[in-house]
Amino acid sequence: MGRKVLLVEDEPNIVEAMGFILSRDGWSVASHANGETAMDEIRRVGPDVLVLDVMLPGRSGYEILRELRADAVLAGLPVLMLTARGQEKDRALAEELGATRFMTKPFSNADLRKAVNHIAGED
Amino acid sequence: MVSFNLLLLVSLAYVAALFAVAFWADRRARQGRSAWLRSPLIYTLSLSIYCTAWTFYGAVGYAARSGLEYLTIYLGPTLVMVGWWWVLRKLVHVGRAQRVTSIADLLSSRYGKSNLLGVIVTLLAVIGTTPYIALQLQSVTLSFSVFAAEWPEGFRPPGPDATAFWVAAGLALFTILFGTRSLDVNERHSGVVTAIAVEAVVKLVALLAVGVFVTWGVAGGVTGIARAIEASPIATWQLDSARWVSLTFLSAAAFLTLPRMFQVLVVENADERQLATAAWAFPLYLLLMSLFVIPIAVAGLRTLPEGANPDLFVLTLPLSADREGLAMLSFLGGFSSATSMVIVAAIALSTMVSNNIVLPLWLRLRRDRPGASQSGDLRRLVLVARRLAIGAILLLGYGYYRFSGGGAALAAIGLISFTGVAQVLPALLGGLFWRGATRIGAAAGLLAGFAVWAYTLYLPSLGEGGPMSAALMEQGPLGLGWLRPQALFGITGLDPVVHALFWSMVANTGAFLLASLLSFPTPLERLQSAQFVHALARSTAAPGWIGGAGGAEDLLILAQRIMGASEAQALFSAHAARQGKQGYLPDPTAEFIEALERELAGSVGAATAHAMIGQITGAAAVSVDDLMAVADETQQVLEYSARLEAQQAELARTARQLEAANAKLTQISVQKDAFLSQISHELRTPMTSIRAFSEILADTGETLSAPERQKYASVIQDETIRLTRLLDDLLDLSVLENGQVSMDMRAVPLSEVLERALTSTASVIAEAGVETIRDRTSEDRLLHTDPGRLAQVFINLIANAVKYNDSPNPKLEIRISEHPGWLLVDLIDNGPGIAPEAREMIFEKFSRLSDQAAAGSAGLGLAICREIMERLGGSVEYLPGQGGAAFRVRHPLRENTA
Repeated sequence: MGRKVLLVEDEPNIVEAMGFILSRDGWSVASHANGETAMDEIRRVGPDVLVLDVMLPGRSGYEILRELRADAVLAGLPVLMLTARGQEKDRALAEELGATRFMTKPFSNADLRKAVNHIAGED
Repeated sequence: MVSFNLLLLVSLAYVAALFAVAFWADRRARQGRSAWLRSPLIYTLSLSIYCTAWTFYGAVGYAARSGLEYLTIYLGPTLVMVGWWWVLRKLVHVGRAQRVTSIADLLSSRYGKSNLLGVIVTLLAVIGTTPYIALQLQSVTLSFSVFAAEWPEGFRPPGPDATAFWVAAGLALFTILFGTRSLDVNERHSGVVTAIAVEAVVKLVALLAVGVFVTWGVAGGVTGIARAIEASPIATWQLDSARWVSLTFLSAAAFLTLPRMFQVLVVENADERQLATAAWAFPLYLLLMSLFVIPIAVAGLRTLPEGANPDLFVLTLPLSADREGLAMLSFLGGFSSATSMVIVAAIALSTMVSNNIVLPLWLRLRRDRPGASQSGDLRRLVLVARRLAIGAILLLGYGYYRFSGGGAALAAIGLISFTGVAQVLPALLGGLFWRGATRIGAAAGLLAGFAVWAYTLYLPSLGEGGPMSAALMEQGPLGLGWLRPQALFGITGLDPVVHALFWSMVANTGAFLLASLLSFPTPLERLQSAQFVHALARSTAAPGWIGGAGGAEDLLILAQRIMGASEAQALFSAHAARQGKQGYLPDPTAEFIEALERELAGSVGAATAHAMIGQITGAAAVSVDDLMAVADETQQVLEYSARLEAQQAELARTARQLEAANAKLTQISVQKDAFLSQISHELRTPMTSIRAFSEILADTGETLSAPERQKYASVIQDETIRLTRLLDDLLDLSVLENGQVSMDMRAVPLSEVLERALTSTASVIAEAGVETIRDRTSEDRLLHTDPGRLAQVFINLIANAVKYNDSPNPKLEIRISEHPGWLLVDLIDNGPGIAPEAREMIFEKFSRLSDQAAAGSAGLGLAICREIMERLGGSVEYLPGQGGAAFRVRHPLRENTA
């Protein structure tokens, strides 16, 4: 069970909820709350899947995604983008920047599980 | 008996007083306190230089010889002034708009800035005015000699020549001192004009005094003088209608064309509205001047011995009655009339000579040496030229006086002079009212009229010693009888003046019309003719320069040399600013060059200014095509385009307004989008937790431990409360922003409000261990406020101070102070404070600075605080420099809210 997921999200309650759901599903869960230092954390943890919130303190999720896709090592990392601003243009921007999957808060727990497993290529 | 010394003393004292007046007025004008100098009264009085010694002394002599005919000399100007609306108004308007410096400059400017015309008019003016100046010198000398007749044998006063010389020299000095102080002629000579106004009063008072003395002192009242007039030869005078009409016309023409009259009428005019007053006031002045002419003449003829010079009755009548004081006043009146005329004439002529002859010559000489034209102050050259010209003109007048021997009667010289300068009239009126008038036409008319005048009137007036021999006068040149100077084409029996006026005007006008019709105007002439003829109809001028390549810097150098450094720099920077540029160098647009040329023309004349700018810009001014494009012949086109322009401006204005409105709407729309997006975020975030945990509890509840269940349930509860508070805040803010809330204003002590706020935040304060510092005595202040709302403000501020204070010993101080009209409550903590760049932003909706303690706050607190304080008539602001974060609540005291 080496499946690792990293949650980059600043709302502690949401992190706790997602952590509970995904660890029940067999994922090993790590979390990080700061946008500015997120890249370093991703490199350090080396997750199989990344769950990335858009509104982060310090740096926006879009910028982190852009840097990821430009990175030789991390360009292929599956990324699930989360946003609480459910506007169409947010989705479009996420897809343009190369998000593997995009979800609007709030979501059902089943949808989250399915999405993470799906982009990890394991369903 | 008036001694020579007394006479000299009084004269010198009078001159000194004039100097003082001129000096004083000049200084006031320089200090900008010249409002009264610009009054219509001063303007009207300055026009009185029309009344020279010729009218002061000569009108009486004229009346003694020719009865009421002297009235024509006053009638002409009266007609011109009363009809000012038709001619004078336009003349003054054009003269001011074109910054015209003299009548020669006006004609030169009108006819394509022609140098030739400027020279012709200048020469004509000098020739026509010289006898007139001689006449003034003669009158002063004569009046002097009247007193000399009573001086004892053995005392030898200076001879008439010496008197005339010293008078001329003194006048030259005065004119140079006050007439050539500043260069810009349009700056006007306040000192000179004021001195002239004083002299106008002196001569009027003097003449009236003599008249009153004669009527009531000599003739025994009105009935006495009426009887005397009845008995005198004047009563039998017969009207010669040809002479009457001719002389009236002549004096009207001279009033418009005499260089000195043009100087005071147009150049020294400070405000066009002065004309309306002068229109009735000046005729009134003339009426007063002519009121006692007949009584004085009659009394003189009756009481003075046969052969007494009637030109001096004004002086000899009081003297013969031993009224020496009155004689002295009369002498000063005559002296004033003579000097004011000479001074203004010298200024006008010297301006013409320097601008139309000296400067063009100098420019021509320098043209081969372009390098040399870049250095030196031109102002010195112009001023020196003017000073020399003044000296030369007075010397010329003195020479003429010596040469003519002071013989002819005063009135005769005056009429000869009038007829000479009247030759300018056709070109002047044609220039103002007829677009077809051309430069060649004007020159032809001037030369023709001038030649006829010289041949039929001027040269014969020089008498036997002159170039016209008696034989020539009798038989005509080479025996051609139809060319006899005073009987052209065999028409005999006409008075010489009428004869000369008639033929010179016929020749002048005929040549002017014919040559104008036959010649074709240059583009610049067309442009100028439009500006002159349509002067009153429109004020926007077509550009006279197209694509001038001259550098602004060269133009500045030129302008500095003519206007002086500071004036030129001020002009240039003003134009630069108008073009939206910084510094001293505007773009040399056609508009700017046009304005600069007009400005320079005010100093050196139109033709010279045009030539100078032409040398620098290298542009040949306008071409015919340009002309067609910018200023087509018909007024309608211009009016139409002006209307189009106005419409275009209106459209542009509307477009700008629409653009602004659109930008505002866009901004509002962007703000609304951002706001909705924020709301969405703030609502969805807690809902995400709620949904996730409620699903967890529902799906896997039985597998969870009790503490876990407990914990997840409380998260759901907290997030629900957060959601509720968010909705409350939003509603609260919306109500506040829309002004739908009414404040529940009451008088409460501040301490009560603070206590309420601290009670409701007591739990968070205790939890964070924050120490609160208060000064309870200062809180004892009655406020007129909504206590609930004000407490809400304090609660928000206290909650923030507690929440964001990460100091190990957190403190919160509440400090109260009073400022006139205001109560100030400062809440100061010892936390990290707020970065300067964020201090404005924190009062915006949803602006949370950090997310560490975000839960439970939507970032609306400070926005709500601000809204509440605005409703209460106060404010809340960040107070910098207090160590930690500090907020100042300003609440109005009762006096303000009432």
